[in-house]
Amino acid sequence: MFNIVQRRKWFFLFSGILILAGLVSMAISIATYPEHSPVRLSIDFVGGSLLEMEFKPLPDAQPKGAVTEDMLTSVLTSFGAKDIRIQRLGEVGATGTNRWQVRTNYLDNETTEKIKTALDNAAKPLGLQLDRDTLRFNQVTPTVGSEVTRAAVVAVVVASFAVLGWIVWAFRGIPDSFRYGVCAVLAMIHDILVMVGAMSLMGLLFGWEADALFLTGLLTVVGYSVQDTIVVFDRIRENSARHRGEPYEMIVNRSIMETFSRSISMQVVVAFVLVSLFLMGGGSIRQFVGVLLIGLLSGTYSSTFTAIPLLVAWENGQLPFVGRNRERSRSAVARA
Amino acid sequence: MRNSTGLWLVVIAAITILALYMIWPGNPGLFGRPIEVRPGLDIQGGLRVLLAADVGVAVDAGKMDQAKQIVERRVNALGVVEPVVQVSGGNRIVVELPGIKDPQAAIDTVKQTGLLEFVDFAPTGSCTASMPGAGTYILTDRQVALRGTKPAGTAQATSAAGTPAATTAATTAITVTAPATATTVPATPTTAAATQAATAASTSAAPLFKRSEYQATAAPTAVATSQAATAAATPQATQAATAQATPAATTQATPVAASGTKDNPMLNPCTGQPFTTIMTGAGLQDATAGLVGQTASEWGVNFTLAGNEESQRFATHTSTHIGQPMAIVLDGQVLSAPVIQAALTTGGQITGNFTQQRAQELALQLRYGALPVPLHVESIEQVGASLGAESVQASVRAGILGVLVVGIFMLVYYRIPGLVADLALLLFAAINFALYKFIPVTLTLPAIVGFLISVGAAVDGNILIFERVREELRAGRSLDKAIQLGFTRAWPSIRDSNISTIIVALIVYFFGGQFGASAVRGFSVTLILGLITNLFTAVIVTHTFLNVLLSVGGDAVRRFNLFRVTPGTTEE
Repeated sequence: MFNIVQRRKWFFLFSGILILAGLVSMAISIATYPEHSPVRLSIDFVGGSLLEMEFKPLPDAQPKGAVTEDMLTSVLTSFGAKDIRIQRLGEVGATGTNRWQVRTNYLDNETTEKIKTALDNAAKPLGLQLDRDTLRFNQVTPTVGSEVTRAAVVAVVVASFAVLGWIVWAFRGIPDSFRYGVCAVLAMIHDILVMVGAMSLMGLLFGWEADALFLTGLLTVVGYSVQDTIVVFDRIRENSARHRGEPYEMIVNRSIMETFSRSISMQVVVAFVLVSLFLMGGGSIRQFVGVLLIGLLSGTYSSTFTAIPLLVAWENGQLPFVGRNRERSRSAVARA
Repeated sequence: MRNSTGLWLVVIAAITILALYMIWPGNPGLFGRPIEVRPGLDIQGGLRVLLAADVGVAVDAGKMDQAKQIVERRVNALGVVEPVVQVSGGNRIVVELPGIKDPQAAIDTVKQTGLLEFVDFAPTGSCTASMPGAGTYILTDRQVALRGTKPAGTAQATSAAGTPAATTAATTAITVTAPATATTVPATPTTAAATQAATAASTSAAPLFKRSEYQATAAPTAVATSQAATAAATPQATQAATAQATPAATTQATPVAASGTKDNPMLNPCTGQPFTTIMTGAGLQDATAGLVGQTASEWGVNFTLAGNEESQRFATHTSTHIGQPMAIVLDGQVLSAPVIQAALTTGGQITGNFTQQRAQELALQLRYGALPVPLHVESIEQVGASLGAESVQASVRAGILGVLVVGIFMLVYYRIPGLVADLALLLFAAINFALYKFIPVTLTLPAIVGFLISVGAAVDGNILIFERVREELRAGRSLDKAIQLGFTRAWPSIRDSNISTIIVALIVYFFGGQFGASAVRGFSVTLILGLITNLFTAVIVTHTFLNVLLSVGGDAVRRFNLFRVTPGTTEE
């Protein structure tokens, strides 16, 4: 039988490297971004205006070129827009069709309408027009942005404690149920760090922005990661009773191996759905799906290779700052 | 065992039929309510606006609810199909308008307070100061009363005018000023100008604060302030003042701060007090937009009176003030100031150079009344109609493909039990879709993702059970026993793990409401529904189907290696 628990140091090292890479990326982000945030924040959190638009040929004209970034910038600046960030979405089509995403500081509604008209006018000499049917526009005041940020932080904290509480309660019948809770939460923090790190890196490389949906994805993965952890914990709970007298390490490893094929099948199933959504789904949810995919992979990894081995390390007294407390748990097992 | 299987079969059949009935697109509804898909804004395109009460305005649940109802009625009158109007987080209103074509007009219609006032513009005594023209913002006693509860920026303002005592003082001031203007004719324009100066000087203060400041400045009296007053007055007031002033004074008269703007509304130049409102929109019975005027090319609003206290005051006023001007003021801005031609006892007409669209907006606002709290836009989300359609098509295609692959995987990996799990998965999808239509759940793209994620959980339940059954078979148990043990032993971990995800999804749902973000809520709702449904389909339905298979297939099934396991071999 392959012994995952025995090789735990390697798995801890792998997790450590992943998390460290994420932390480096977050540090770079904090140093670079004006908001000093570990990830690139969307207007959901900081407020601002986001305009996604497409230019299409006028019905009776032959397009004479494509809209350029400079054109967009000059129109926006003339209306007093600041912190302008322009991104082209996809290639320029054969008919001069092109799609853009523009992010600026918060502009009021009237100004935005004027900008749309001005963009339309600017595109006319090129034989193009702003396509109002494929417009996506989002505008958030800084007040709402800061409220959302506050709610987000509270949500993560509340979720962590709720999950810890639930595990302690669900495993109340076995000795040291608190340890299970702590290990599950550590796995959860592992997943959060991996996801935020990945998001931070994607932000630096491809301009991905964390929005309210990113937060939703984060919390969902937290839920799933705990789900995985619980399945293995549950098996340990059962095996502890069945194989009494076996060393703890062996019971744990047996439990991991017994649930392994389930973990892999589950991962494959969810990956099927998410990969097809990521590759073929609508553009607006691609980042959300990407984040979920990374998180679910990390979630399965952390349950099997981090949370459970941590439990053993704790039992063997290899964790800093916490006692091993072997005598107490032994006698508790005997009583049970 | 067999009895309970039969019972469950009946339950499952009933649920399947009910779900299929609700999914059937042509269903005539259930319990008299329609069962339909409700596509979200990101799918069918539209506008989502988050409105918030202005900062500093005292709001309570009652006021917000009243505002919500008025917004709702205005929105309905826009002809939007299935709009959503909800109060969110105490002082906000979320408005969702699917498929709206002209977002700017919709936002204007919804957010404007719509406080219509008919204001007395008759000059006091022999006062000849010209009244504010169209487009000027003025302050009326009704506006003061409406915002009276407003804890204005400064504590001073509240204490100065918020109390009844202060109001009495103000009234007294009018009666004191009136005889003065009547006796000393040349002094009157100066007094008016002084008022203007006082108002203009305090540009940043709240309206009420200005008034009390005026009382302090104006008390010393007219002649002394003459020059300073002229220097700082508005164009209108300056005109009035120059009639009596020296040429030298006129050249000095450069308007410093224009009164009559939104932030700095004009007071009555004759009294130096807010204008007197005769009637508000509450006195109207109905209002409709229509062509008015001789040329019949100008748009206006025709109204009829309601016959209540307000409209009676209006009728009395118009009958006693024939030949005198009366202004029509919307949200503090003068629309027009016609001269009263005859007593208006049943209705009248509002003109003010409207376009057709503006006249219709106004009529709509008048019909449903003024908002009890001033609102402003806090966030806007707009999705073009065809954009949503494109991305939903792509996502649904991707989702179907993903689920299909999952189904094939189960079939290949588990064979016959896999087929059973696939049947349960189909039922799972049917029940969820039926629930979305029944509740109804607004289907946004994140909501679809939420459903697909829960498919993962549904299949996970089956995988847990089947793996467990295989283990029991390897341990040498009979098929019947192994299946039974597989279900009972896998149950705690399915239950516990689902509950942990449900807890997190509930937290997401709760905080998603705080963001006012429907995307977040949509995702968590479908996820929660999926997780709960899965407890039924993955466990009970699969178990029942397998039991049926055993009892129908009998020994043939038992001899057949259903789970492809060699008994007695463990992986160790």
